[in-house]
Amino acid sequence: MNAARLPDSDLSKLFDWRCKSCWFVFGLICLTIASFWSLDLQWAKFFSADALRKMGKFIGELLSPEWGAKFVGKVWVAALETLAMSALGTLLAAILGLALALPASKTHSDDPARLRTVTRLVLNALRSIPELVWAALLLILAGLGPFAGTLALAAHTAGVLGRLFAEAIENAPPSAAFALRVRGVPEGRIFLYATLPQILPQLMSYTLYRWENNIRAAAVLGVVGAGGLGQMLAFHMGLFQMNETSTILIAMMLLVALVDVLSFVARRKMQA
Amino acid sequence: MSANVHRVNTVTAPALRDPAWMKRVTIAAIALVLLWPTLVLTEFKPWELFSPGTLKPTLKFIGDFFPPKLDAVFLEMVLRETWRTVAIATAGIALALVAAIPLAIISTRVLSISALSGRMATLPAIVRQGARIVLILLRSVPELIWALVFVRVVGLGPTAGVLAIALTYSGMLGKVYGEILESGDAHATTSLLRNGASRLQAYFYGLQPQNAAELVSYTVYRWECAIRSSAVLGFVGAGGLGQQMDTSMKMFNGSEVSTMLIVFMLLVWLADAASAWLRRNLE
Amino acid sequence: MNFTLVNCEARHPAAKPGDAAALRGVSLAVAPGEQVAIIGPSGAGKTTLLHVLACAIKPSLGELKFGEINPWAIARPALQRLRAHLFLAVQVPPLPPRQRVVTAVLAGCLPAQSLLQSVRSLFYPTQMELARAALARFDLEDKLFERVDHLSGGERQRVGLARGVVSNAQLFLVDEPLSALDPTRAAQAIHSLIEVAGERGATLIASLHQVDIALQNFPRVVGLRDGVVAFDLPAAQISPAMIQALYAHKLHELTEPIAAPSDAAPAQGLPAVMHCR
Repeated sequence: MNAARLPDSDLSKLFDWRCKSCWFVFGLICLTIASFWSLDLQWAKFFSADALRKMGKFIGELLSPEWGAKFVGKVWVAALETLAMSALGTLLAAILGLALALPASKTHSDDPARLRTVTRLVLNALRSIPELVWAALLLILAGLGPFAGTLALAAHTAGVLGRLFAEAIENAPPSAAFALRVRGVPEGRIFLYATLPQILPQLMSYTLYRWENNIRAAAVLGVVGAGGLGQMLAFHMGLFQMNETSTILIAMMLLVALVDVLSFVARRKMQA
Repeated sequence: MSANVHRVNTVTAPALRDPAWMKRVTIAAIALVLLWPTLVLTEFKPWELFSPGTLKPTLKFIGDFFPPKLDAVFLEMVLRETWRTVAIATAGIALALVAAIPLAIISTRVLSISALSGRMATLPAIVRQGARIVLILLRSVPELIWALVFVRVVGLGPTAGVLAIALTYSGMLGKVYGEILESGDAHATTSLLRNGASRLQAYFYGLQPQNAAELVSYTVYRWECAIRSSAVLGFVGAGGLGQQMDTSMKMFNGSEVSTMLIVFMLLVWLADAASAWLRRNLE
Repeated sequence: MNFTLVNCEARHPAAKPGDAAALRGVSLAVAPGEQVAIIGPSGAGKTTLLHVLACAIKPSLGELKFGEINPWAIARPALQRLRAHLFLAVQVPPLPPRQRVVTAVLAGCLPAQSLLQSVRSLFYPTQMELARAALARFDLEDKLFERVDHLSGGERQRVGLARGVVSNAQLFLVDEPLSALDPTRAAQAIHSLIEVAGERGATLIASLHQVDIALQNFPRVVGLRDGVVAFDLPAAQISPAMIQALYAHKLHELTEPIAAPSDAAPAQGLPAVMHCR
């Protein structure tokens, strides 16, 4: 009887309605089919002879970058602008993030932390809007150019860093702060003398890490008009000047590679 | 006794100087010197935000944010575009998988038969390295750049967005899949290969079951990222919520923008929650 | 500073809800400028008693009074001002690892400084002479500009005591100040503490693991066992039999050194926050 039952229970296990992975896979397939079905994807147009010829021409021109001294100089300035945008954006974000992280963290068990929920909501809102959307919004307020891009990077990154900073503050070993709090030292000074020195390396490494990310973001941010290499790229691509576009793309990649190397070295040094 | 000696020292010793002071001043000076060109290059003029010429339209635009536009026709359009944003992301990830999985399997060293006995043979090594380079190249061009190119070639619409996501994400997924596959214990896989299994058999019976949860978890997480990406791609004309947002912003329509921003934040939050839930349940 | 503690019950600062009280009806009266050692086996409630006296934990029963003032009955600003006159040195000195010794010591002056002064002192230490003189009492003046994490455990413990010296506290509460020190250093450190307290007429309460040091240096010794006062006598009247009774079942603690608990923070790398790039 046991032997007769065994396959049965195996089967029921296989078709268990609560089988999570079955439902998971089923849902994924449905979602994918629905996606392809609802989007009027124009593969025919995409792979038409005309489009392919255009693509071929694009790629052919991309392979012969423009190396004129005057143009390379302009790309150089744009690259510096991108770098400056990311650096200033990250710096502003670190300052704003820290300013928001303080009310967003509960430092000890008696801390009422009244503003914690509100500040966390603000941080979440800042974080959930991508840099590029911020840039598009801020273009209206600050006008075309790198300033809007800088502010956009700062806004998004402040949300990211603020949350990380708040967590670092809450997770810092409490004993140093306790020693000062028990002597009646006000909270601001406790932060400066006990909490900050403990978490500073962590804050620095978060900030550097985000800076690295922001250079990549700053490079493309400009396509909506917010300055740097991206703005130049969008401009020349709009005019179908693919040789110039190619030079700019190379500059972008070099910039990102350079940042990767520098951040690797910096992090190695900080760990030592 | 030694305490007494020190007491005397304290009296006679010259005034103390902080040895770190010069270093701090130097660092601060360097920082200031670097900050100056940074401010110039970024045209950092925050006061211009508050000049009467800019302040008025700014205030009007922001004032329009409240109340958000909530009429039925508009909301229906926003929901349709939101779905398109999700659909572009999903379709893009699905296509990315088509390229990422084979490339990841090709690039995995653990599946090398020649490496079972000493060094990997030259040709397989070249093929593996080639697959890796392809993945790195795919990854290194941001999806926004691909979208710009494709929009120029085929015109506005979701096709450009789907392809852009597919290309960049295939590089990201493939690279991380390769890392996941090589990080675990290779014993089960190599013993299958030693017993005469083919590479694909060894993959499906050795590597895949071992790493399935991590692979799926990473894919779900990337899908969440792709939703953000696809909304952003709309700003260069690749369809979805972003494109509508771009249009409304260009027309300075604050109430429409605020509705779409709220919907977008809800979408990101939902995708975040869904992906966290899925990943938790995959354990 | 004088205080009276009447019939106090309190729980250990790290107690979880539901844990038993560590102090069960302790009464203690101390006159200004008195120097008292507290001895007793581990778990006797020494740490809890010092935390209660530092106004760090509120006694669940009983009353604490500084002169005529009940610290838990006055307004919060007044309590903060009172706290500035107390100094609690915990067993593991809570010093941020990357801070410099001079800053860590001068943090003892914080309650007496304005915000501006304390911020300025972070950039250029304003009272370096004070810090050096305090460190000199513990034979550490050459470590003035060293980083805290470059010091040994014993050196760190003495830096923690030097922080007390620079403060203008009227009541020193030191918890096992000698646990990480070798006998010579321990004797020197306890002499310095007693000397400083004597110079400014401050009250000194020290919990000590080393019974002989307590009996030799402190005029009054309180024996604590299981959260109650076993004896409270001038040092001269304490017999070896009383010590044996105090440490009954835990006699090994009289001869073996107790390892100081470590406060090493768990290693923190980058968190597993995934980014979309």
